[in-house]
Amino acid sequence: MKHKTFFWFVLPSSLAMLLFIFVPIISVAVQSVYVDHAQVIKQVENCGPFGCTTTTAVDQEATQAIQKASPLGRFAGLTTYLDRSHLAVKEVGAAWRSSAGLGEFYDKLVNLPFYKAMSFTLAYTFIVTPLVIIVGFIIAVAVNSATKKLRGPLIFFSLLPMMVTPLVGSLIIFWMVDARGVVGAALQYIAGDPNLSVKASTPLTWVMLMVYGVWHSAPFAFIVYYAGLQTVNNDTLESAMIDGASRWEQIRYVIIPHLLPLTTFIALMQLMDNFRVFEPIVSFSASAHATSLSWAIYNDLGGETRQLSSAAATSVLTILGIAILLMPVLVRTWRDFTRK
Amino acid sequence: MLLKKLILATSLAMSANAVYAGCGIESGRVNIVGNEFPAIHTVVKAAEACAGDGVTITANLTADHQKINLAGLQGNPAEYTSAIIANSSIVALINADVLRPLDDLIEKYGQDIPKSNLITIDGKVMAVAFMANAQHLTYRKDVLEQIGVEPPKTYEALLEAAKLIREKGIMENPVGGAYQSGWNLATEFVNMYIGAGGDFFKPGTAEVAINNAQGVAALEMMKALTEYMNPDFLTHDSNATGAEVEAGNVALMNMWGSRVGVLMDEDGAEEVVYSNVAVAGPMTVAGGTVPATTLWWDGWTVAKNISDEDAEATFVSMMTGTSPDILNDETMAQAVWMLEGYEPAPVNKGVFAAIQASAKPYPMLPYMGLLQTALGDNLSDYLQDKESAEAALSDIEATYTTAAKEKGFLN
Repeated sequence: MKHKTFFWFVLPSSLAMLLFIFVPIISVAVQSVYVDHAQVIKQVENCGPFGCTTTTAVDQEATQAIQKASPLGRFAGLTTYLDRSHLAVKEVGAAWRSSAGLGEFYDKLVNLPFYKAMSFTLAYTFIVTPLVIIVGFIIAVAVNSATKKLRGPLIFFSLLPMMVTPLVGSLIIFWMVDARGVVGAALQYIAGDPNLSVKASTPLTWVMLMVYGVWHSAPFAFIVYYAGLQTVNNDTLESAMIDGASRWEQIRYVIIPHLLPLTTFIALMQLMDNFRVFEPIVSFSASAHATSLSWAIYNDLGGETRQLSSAAATSVLTILGIAILLMPVLVRTWRDFTRK
Repeated sequence: MLLKKLILATSLAMSANAVYAGCGIESGRVNIVGNEFPAIHTVVKAAEACAGDGVTITANLTADHQKINLAGLQGNPAEYTSAIIANSSIVALINADVLRPLDDLIEKYGQDIPKSNLITIDGKVMAVAFMANAQHLTYRKDVLEQIGVEPPKTYEALLEAAKLIREKGIMENPVGGAYQSGWNLATEFVNMYIGAGGDFFKPGTAEVAINNAQGVAALEMMKALTEYMNPDFLTHDSNATGAEVEAGNVALMNMWGSRVGVLMDEDGAEEVVYSNVAVAGPMTVAGGTVPATTLWWDGWTVAKNISDEDAEATFVSMMTGTSPDILNDETMAQAVWMLEGYEPAPVNKGVFAAIQASAKPYPMLPYMGLLQTALGDNLSDYLQDKESAEAALSDIEATYTTAAKEKGFLN
């Protein structure tokens, strides 16, 4: 392709990416280094059905004058990133100095909102991603070896969890694990403890969220692997069979190496997806036990007094986090690409 | 048959016209955003009677109203011409300067609105209240009779009653409460802290001051209550708590007046439950004299960024929607209406008791929303035994201070 043709070919998509991806990210980054102006507060008298009280209110005229002079707010540099709600540099330092051991330090660390969110986000990402790959692969191999007649319905049912909207899917499970729900009551029976409650225990809530994550994402890995399995070279498989390879050895030495590039793709998608885990925390009402970076952004924006700078800083940190996570996979893909 | 329908349709159209004529507006756009419960539906339905040839009236009533009202009022012209709000949310709208002072419109149209319904801030009328709400004791008559205890007037007495109920094997977890982590849990702390006699901020400043004896007392009482609650209490909002009552698992709780009607009707519960649900006044805590609850009003506002014509149409239709004419047998029990001719139903007794016991209104401070968020995020650690009361309170103060600095309330 000529350079000129190529340029006109990619121009529309480049423009769209610039407009809808790059510009918003820049805007968020700019927002994160500014904070609101100092509010001008004045004493006012409030009257209503329950009587009058003297209280404080924002002086609108004075505040607006300041706002007009510099609409972006006060330049704060990196203070929002370093404050207690984000990287909490000062608090982490103090915790490190005052802690007797690593365990105590960890406890103090996860008491800070950002690190609490980070610890769950990372645990979720690194436990759910490999499980999704493994479970998806197993389902794909199982479905692929089923008789042709059964395959259609099997594929349909295997894909169901992905078709259910995350909010609805997690709400259904939420009521099933309730102490009076099917799963919750069964767990109490098995454990012989009538007071066992999944929703009240932090470790069990984590497990529930992760099981949900695997249940919801495994169909994605399954369908990608299933498509890949259709491309396995039959000659190689047959010669392996003739050489006396068992079923496991065929999978181990023929199928898995063949599907490796797909694994990279799934891992990439899942790392990104799982790092921004959000919906299950909301619909499981799990924020008392587990929070994530996306949840922190939502929480900042959802309160009645919106904290835009704080949400912006968390967003930038999330983007950096995803970039760091994807680095090994991206480097690997780049090497594969240049080697050829 | 067709003729009958036709006559019916005509007469309906005529009656609508009659109301329209009574409304006294001929043009304008009205779009209302608000919470979703029976009383608000009644108001909006009555306001819609103003719709006519030149006036369009639309409404968006949703439980998520707090998340969309600010954005919906910020545009120019604003998407919504009126937001139905409560005393907590009005502050966020006033902070953002999206509400129109109503003094001129009241002079022109609203002479009949009782003075006590006008929400005046710094001498300007910013909203018109039409109903009151509060949390108060809601209990099961039959269960208390079984243990021979009067409805508790203090939280300490409630704990004793709960202990008796558990000991007698009537219910395992007899206490209910909207303790869902977040807004609900924060509201319960606000109630309890006010009951313990605490002040949220150093007088006249935005500096938070809740890490004190009253804060600890409030937290300790909340923890004591949770010992008698369903272990999943951190996931229970007002709806889930109501469901626990209807399932017959709860006998004592602090509940919203506007939510009790549902518990007393025949839907969703057995007769023994719904016929025995009763309300009483709010309770006190730790020997305090002020009830551990907050008073709320619901009211309507007019957006700032709309034309005078739309503002007048909005004002008149909302005034019609909250006129004493809306009261009838069906609507009377929906809320504690602050309207002439309103007669309290038994279900509303608790809210009146709260007003009579001179409960405090929810604080209308520009930075209270930040404290509410900080409370909602940090209280659950203490209730789960992960940290001490003092540590939880100091976490809340630190979270609030960080947010208040960012929003420019503190330096």
